[in-house]
This record gives sequence, structure tokens and C-alpha cells, in this order.
Amino acid sequence: MSTGTLYDNVWNQHTVRELPTGETQLFVGLHLIHEVTSPQAFGMLEERDLSVAFPDRTYATTDHIIPTSDLSRPFSDEQAETMLRELEENTEEYDITFFDPTSGAQGIVHVVGPEQGLTQPGMTIVCGDSHTSTHGAFGTLGFGIGTSQIRDVLATQCIAMEKQDVRRIQVNGTLGEGVYAKDIILKIIGELGVEGGIGYVYEYGGPAIEELSMEGRMSICNMSIEGGARAGYVNPDLTTFEYMKGRPHAPSGKAWERAIDCWQAIQSDPDATYDDTVTFDGSAIEPMVTWGITPGQAIGISEPIPDPATMDSGDRATAEKALDHMDLRPGRTMEGVNVDVAFLGSCTNARITDLREAASLLERLGRPVADDVRAMVVPGSQGVKQQAEDEGLADVFRNAGFDWRGAGCSMCLGMNEDQLQGRELCASSSNRNFIGRQGSKDGRTVLMSPAMVVAAAVEGEVTDVRKLL
Amino acid sequence: MPAVSDDSKAVTSVSGPAVPVRGNDIDTDQIVPARFLKEVTFDNMGEYAFYDVRRDDDGTLNDHPFNRYTNASILVVNQNFGCGSSREHAPQALMRWGIDGLIGESFAEIFAGNCQALGLPTATVDHETVEWIMEQVEADPALELTIDVEAETVTVGDETVNVTINDSQREALLQGIWDTTALMKSYMDEVRQTANEVPYLNDFADC
Ligand code: SF4
Repeated sequence: MSTGTLYDNVWNQHTVRELPTGETQLFVGLHLIHEVTSPQAFGMLEERDLSVAFPDRTYATTDHIIPTSDLSRPFSDEQAETMLRELEENTEEYDITFFDPTSGAQGIVHVVGPEQGLTQPGMTIVCGDSHTSTHGAFGTLGFGIGTSQIRDVLATQCIAMEKQDVRRIQVNGTLGEGVYAKDIILKIIGELGVEGGIGYVYEYGGPAIEELSMEGRMSICNMSIEGGARAGYVNPDLTTFEYMKGRPHAPSGKAWERAIDCWQAIQSDPDATYDDTVTFDGSAIEPMVTWGITPGQAIGISEPIPDPATMDSGDRATAEKALDHMDLRPGRTMEGVNVDVAFLGSCTNARITDLREAASLLERLGRPVADDVRAMVVPGSQGVKQQAEDEGLADVFRNAGFDWRGAGCSMCLGMNEDQLQGRELCASSSNRNFIGRQGSKDGRTVLMSPAMVVAAAVEGEVTDVRKLL
Repeated sequence: MPAVSDDSKAVTSVSGPAVPVRGNDIDTDQIVPARFLKEVTFDNMGEYAFYDVRRDDDGTLNDHPFNRYTNASILVVNQNFGCGSSREHAPQALMRWGIDGLIGESFAEIFAGNCQALGLPTATVDHETVEWIMEQVEADPALELTIDVEAETVTVGDETVNVTINDSQREALLQGIWDTTALMKSYMDEVRQTANEVPYLNDFADC
């Protein structure tokens, strides 16, 4: 069992009591909800005649089903309209703040929380969404939960949970040019496997992590779940505090100074003990791409696609299925694979720094999107969208031939109109390459960093972005 | 102190024929494709279990195990089953299709938690044993399996093997407290006490 880590510190602060199951009843500091996983939970509350215990600790947004083109109501998709209306009614009835589509603050739940300053170091945060791990970038414990647990949180502001082990993931060195946070996490998952994190919370640290912006840290923590770890975090530091300062829900005045003391106090001790430690050399990481149908099927852009024949039986079956679905063969690299769609978006990589990096690369290249590529940018939130427009990034994307859309999950999971068609292959900045994930059951997804998406869009094929720099 | 256990909800064992679904890393997008998440209740989820993988391109049902072992109530799987999205739609779909318990090499954590919250045991056992169980079931689809939660065993026909059921899940099932709302609600005074002590809810006055 770990001792003295941020995980231990925050866990202890939020422990209400031990339950007869052996689980801990853990107080939840912030509960985020969206339209897909919350209506059933409100239904369960009603069935049991329960109310919401701490309505001011729950915040709502809409992201999964929201159209990214026309927001006029009612939506043309009736089911989407029903879902939004349910959320409007539930938040109204229970007095929950809702960042609705007319608020200027709506967006993907894991973009909105940090942007509003709701996500703060030392909190426990839950949401009916597996990528709640994102919030760990702030030194927060963020857990994805199911709908029955949402009911628990609404009714009691608590979840029942077992304490997990902590694995320190140390990333040393400095990232090379053209290598980003996304590449670090794809490397980690590629090495440790998609089930490697089961039973663990990941603590990311070391020089290459400390160097990252908050957005970069969020990209990494976001994909902890893809590595099987339910949560991942980075200890808060000056970068964290600078990001937080002045945000709408961040502490201010005298409380700000005290908050910084509190946030420093929860950091992992220098002599903390971990259940496991894994070290990576950041300077050896190259731009990463996936070749298969799980985020763990990831390789460096210059590496050959592995041969299933060299794997053990379980991995071999998945690899064979992957190669068949992706229409790829072992031995070749991913470079040069034809791309039909370029998607720049999702809670992994649709924040302002992601868009800045992508736009600046586009400007430097001075070339438009390749003729046969459908390219789109879907900002993570209305706030990000506005900022990108103010900074002129939107024009850069539009002029290069990218479709500039409204905020939401969009083609990350294809629940709105933004979907792959048939066997299209998508260069995607999102986090999941599961079969069917982007709206077409034959569609193919190659995960990569935003810069690599831009490179793929311009070249019309998977490209080593370093060769364009 | 309220009485915690609820015998009427206790799950001590589940029995029935099984269905083997082979493959590592079967994600919740496969168990319930995202487009079916647009319904605001779980009522129809049973129809959507493995919807796309059960069908050929022209929509006809293929030879997916869920089309063949239609009487099954125990699902047997390999590694990291239920990875990906946290959607409770996935275990809801399996449960409403008829699954009462699962046996596998390993389960993704959120998925296993969601199963627990619905009173579905997720028993784990090594690769060889899972393969053996799958083979037995494939040889005789009518074979009766039992997951004994109390004893942490699985009985396959006449043979019994040891499995692991996570301690807290086991306690929750045996005591009938897998639905944690009422249990945690009974400690609301302590919850308010904790709320008053977390720094961000007391203006960072002490930490
Ligand atoms: S952007 Fe994708 S991964 Fe993130 S919350 Fe939306 S659907 Fe989930």
C-alpha cells in the first residue's frame, strides 16, 4: 500500500467512513453531469423519492449529442432534443447549474470543469464518464462512474470505493521537436498495455511531465483510463496555480493565498512510497500512432506494425482482428497510410493550446488540406471556440480547408451528425480507436497528436510531422 | 446505527447455462454501440446487447454467441472485458438480455463496479480455466454452471473450480448491500461533517 502520496492525502481527507463491504464511503467534492448518463439516475432518484443532497456541488453541461453546426431548437435529431430537454428539466427541478448551449460556457465536460475553475487540486471529482481521469492533471482524484453511482452521488454526495494501488510513472528527459503529451501517453499505454493499469491509480511525474502545460497534462491524465487505470494525476505546481488563477470558480483574494498553501500540502511527499514505479525516457519517444483497434496497439511512426505471430494467444487474436479491420499488414510502418478524414477534437486534444499548436503548424506549412481529405476542427468548449476565433486561429483552419464547428464530443464517438462513413480512415486526436467508435462500424481510426492530425490532413496520408518541420 | 444487510437482495449464487464470448479487450462500445445511448431509460437495452457484432452487413443475425446461446444466464469472457466507456448501459444490456453473472480472466474496473451496483457478480480466474470452461460450454450448451459467491467457486457440470470474487463485491452481494444508496444515506451526518472539513468548502480556512 502506498503512503504519503497525493492519492493517500486526498483519499484520507475525503473519507467519510468504512462501509460493511470493506469499501470506503468517499465524499465527492465535485460532480459533473451530462445528458447521456444522467437521465436514468434522476429517474432512479424519483422512483425512490429522494432529493439531491448537495445541489451546489453538481454542475451540468451537454456534449455527447450536441450538434456542432446548427444549435437551433428543437434539434433535427429528436432523440438528441429529448435528451437535452431531460437535462434542462432535471437541472431546473433540482437547482443544478447548467452550462447550456446558450451560456457561452457549454462544452465537453472535461474541458468545461477546468476552464471554469471548478476543477481544483485536492478535490475528488466524479462524472458518469470514463475520462473523468482528465481532472487529475490538477492533482485531483477524478473517477468515471456508472449511472447507479451517479444516483448515489446525487442522493448522498458520496461513492463507495475501494482504495487502489499507486504506480508512479516517471518520464525523464526532454521531448523532441514534434513530440507532444499525446505521444507520451500513447507510448505509456503501448508499453504497459490497455489492462496494465487495472487496480492502479497512475501518478505521472518527472521532468518531461513537469515541463508540460496544463493542457498537455490533461491529455495524459485523460487517457489513464485507456491504460486500465481508473484515475491518473500530476502533483500540482506553479503551472497548475497559474492556470487556475482568475478562473470564474477559482478562489480569489485572501482565500487564493490560503488555497495555494493547501494545494502544496497535498502533494506527494518526497519520501512517499509507491506500489510500483515505471520509468520512461521522454527524449526517446517519437510521434506515436495506433495501428489497431485498442489504444494499446500503438507504435512510433518509424516502427513496423508488429507481427501477431510473435504474440501470445490473447494478444494475437486481438491483433489479427485489428489488422483485418484496419486492412493493414505487419512489417510496414504506419507512414503513408491513406487518410480520408482528419478530426481535431475531443476531451483529449481540443483545448486552446492544442488548437494553437495545430494552427501554427498549418501556417508554417502554408498548404491546404489535401483534396480528398475531409478535415474538421471541433473545439472542446464554447470558451475555447471563442478564444480561438479571437486569436485568429479559426481563420487559419478555415483558410486551409478545415471545417470549423461548434463545441462538443462530435466525431470522438459519433453520437451526433459527425460520423465516419463506411470504411473511411480517420486521423484523429481523440482517445479511442475501438471498432465502430466514430459512428461507422466499418470506420477506421488512427490515434495521434493534433500536430500529426494536421500533417495527415495536409499530406492526405499518415505522416511523420517531424519531416515537415 | 441502521441495519445494514438486506437478505431480500442478497446474491449468494447464480446458476444457469452459459455463453462464451471470446476475445480480450471487448469494450463497452461493442457491448452497446453509442447510438443506442440516446434513449433516456435503460428499458430497451436488452435488445442492443452486442448489437453490431451480432449482425452481418445486411442486418441478418450472424453466428455470434449471443445468437446461439440464447438461454444463457452466465457470460464467460477473457481479459479486460468491459474496457472503455463508463456507460452502465453495457451491464444493463447484458442483464436485461438475461445475464445474471460473469466469469472472466479480468474485468475493466468501472465495468466491474457497474456490475456490482446491479448485483451481478464478476468472478475472475486464470486463462487456462476460462478456456476450459468455454470448451465445456461449447461442447454442451445446455450445461448448467453455478457461480457460488459465498464459496468463491464455479461449478461446471460435475466439476468445481475456485475463482476469485473481489472481497468488497463479495460482501456487498452476500449482505444484499450492492445497492449503496440507502446504506450511504444512513450516514449523512458524517457526510456533512466531512464536507465541512474539506479545504475548498471551508474557504481554505484549514488544511
Ligand atoms: S470527447 Fe469523446 S471521450 Fe471525451 S467525453 Fe466526449 S465522447 Fe467521451
